[in-house]
Amino acid sequence: MRDVAIVGAGMTRFGELWDQGLRDMFVEAASGALSDAGADRLDSLYVGCMSGGQFVGQEHLGPLMADHLGMTGVAAVHVESACASGGVALRQAFIEVGSGMSDLVLAAGIEKMNDGADVTNVLATAADQELEVYYGVTFPGLYAMIARAHMQRHGTTEEDLAWVAVKNHRHGAMNEKAQFRREVTPEQVMASSLVSEPLRLLHCSPVTDGAAAVLLCPLDMAREFTDRPVKIVATGLASDSMALADRDDPAFLDAVQKSGQRAFQMADIGPRDVDVAEVHDCFTIAEICCIEALGFVEEGKGGPAARDGITAIGGQIPVNTSGGLKSKGHPVGATGIAQTIEIFRQLRGEAGQRQVENARVGLAQNMGGSGASSVVHIFEGV
Amino acid sequence: MPSPRYTREIPARYRLAAGRCSGCEKVVYPIRRFCPSCRGEKFEKLTLSRKGTVITSTVVHVPPNDFLMEAPYAMAVVETPEGARLMTQVVDCDPSTVLPGMEVALEFRLIRREGRSGILCYGHKGVPA
Repeated sequence: MRDVAIVGAGMTRFGELWDQGLRDMFVEAASGALSDAGADRLDSLYVGCMSGGQFVGQEHLGPLMADHLGMTGVAAVHVESACASGGVALRQAFIEVGSGMSDLVLAAGIEKMNDGADVTNVLATAADQELEVYYGVTFPGLYAMIARAHMQRHGTTEEDLAWVAVKNHRHGAMNEKAQFRREVTPEQVMASSLVSEPLRLLHCSPVTDGAAAVLLCPLDMAREFTDRPVKIVATGLASDSMALADRDDPAFLDAVQKSGQRAFQMADIGPRDVDVAEVHDCFTIAEICCIEALGFVEEGKGGPAARDGITAIGGQIPVNTSGGLKSKGHPVGATGIAQTIEIFRQLRGEAGQRQVENARVGLAQNMGGSGASSVVHIFEGV
Repeated sequence: MPSPRYTREIPARYRLAAGRCSGCEKVVYPIRRFCPSCRGEKFEKLTLSRKGTVITSTVVHVPPNDFLMEAPYAMAVVETPEGARLMTQVVDCDPSTVLPGMEVALEFRLIRREGRSGILCYGHKGVPA
């Protein structure tokens, strides 16, 4: 494998983007990444998107997006792994550049969720249709069952869950791209309406439109495009049983642990070497399970981490400095790339008020379904 | 749901048809080609008992459109005495009482209707034991 770097990044604001369609958002993010790097050509392009087909009735996104970027002719393909589609697009781009097959590859993530689709039903296609959705469960319902199992097994409380939202909104309030740039109190979280017990509205990431893109090239070409490249040092991807019922411990996310271990092994570092992390907080309980599975805290000890300040900016391991999916927003296919951009900014010292001091090593973890897929990348400032 | 797709699921949904892996004894529901534990391909056919224990649960307040009239309703992962786990609604009780450790019976019930002229879809629902 050649060393691979990210040399440019671009993203739309996250939120309800009524004036932009799927292709418009892609073009804004992708052209932003190209101009950030001063690049005017591409060898290849990956588009991570969970479900253009169901959200807006559009498939075949690779060539469509290449066309609108003015790059007709390049190799272009859509990759899907539910909410982990963006992270998987990055992994494919990384492997393609690392292998020597291509030099300049764009990894993008996009999702248009606010154009009138039945969002609950579309998202539920990432769960098992025959064994779960058929009986009436929703995505918040699956994570609620994970939460209740975690509470039962480890004594995690509703207040612990609430503090994940409080912490991520504090971070997101400082992010000009975030959907919800405001803080919330634990009391507000715990008084918000019930979605699926014990999860309430403010435990859930919102419905979001958005796109994000990064440009990759071999590290030894990176200085042509930027004087501050960020090296991708490792990738790890893993799967777990699709149905929650098929997991021995519903409170533990096995694919997250495996993907983390694979990435740590490739990078030859451990969780203590990470200075800043973005993890997949589609629901507050997910952040708790992910920081445990990645080894940032011991198994069963994730509950109090946000309340105790361990995962806040200035804490032992700052998690979701962007505001996370909770506050920044969660355009599902775009999330993995948006996480990558936050780490890119942090490792270049460009995160403004959210900057983690002396951040040198960063990690991004992006997950699909109720944890049936998870992809981890580790980055280093150069 | 088109009827061929529905028909294929009938043995598992109506009769709780499962299999016990001859290699590692794992009970697999519904039956599939490869055992998820040991990749064995030999199974002894088995019908799950119509009862079990709640492993984890929730009360759904914001339901999918097909279940609008039923919310709020309890859903649970239930483990049968054979060790198989399945997702089910738990009904005929206060949904807030459906908690880990609760014993339920699994009854044959109507699960959903598909519009005016669609098929009626059946399966299992838990009720207090």
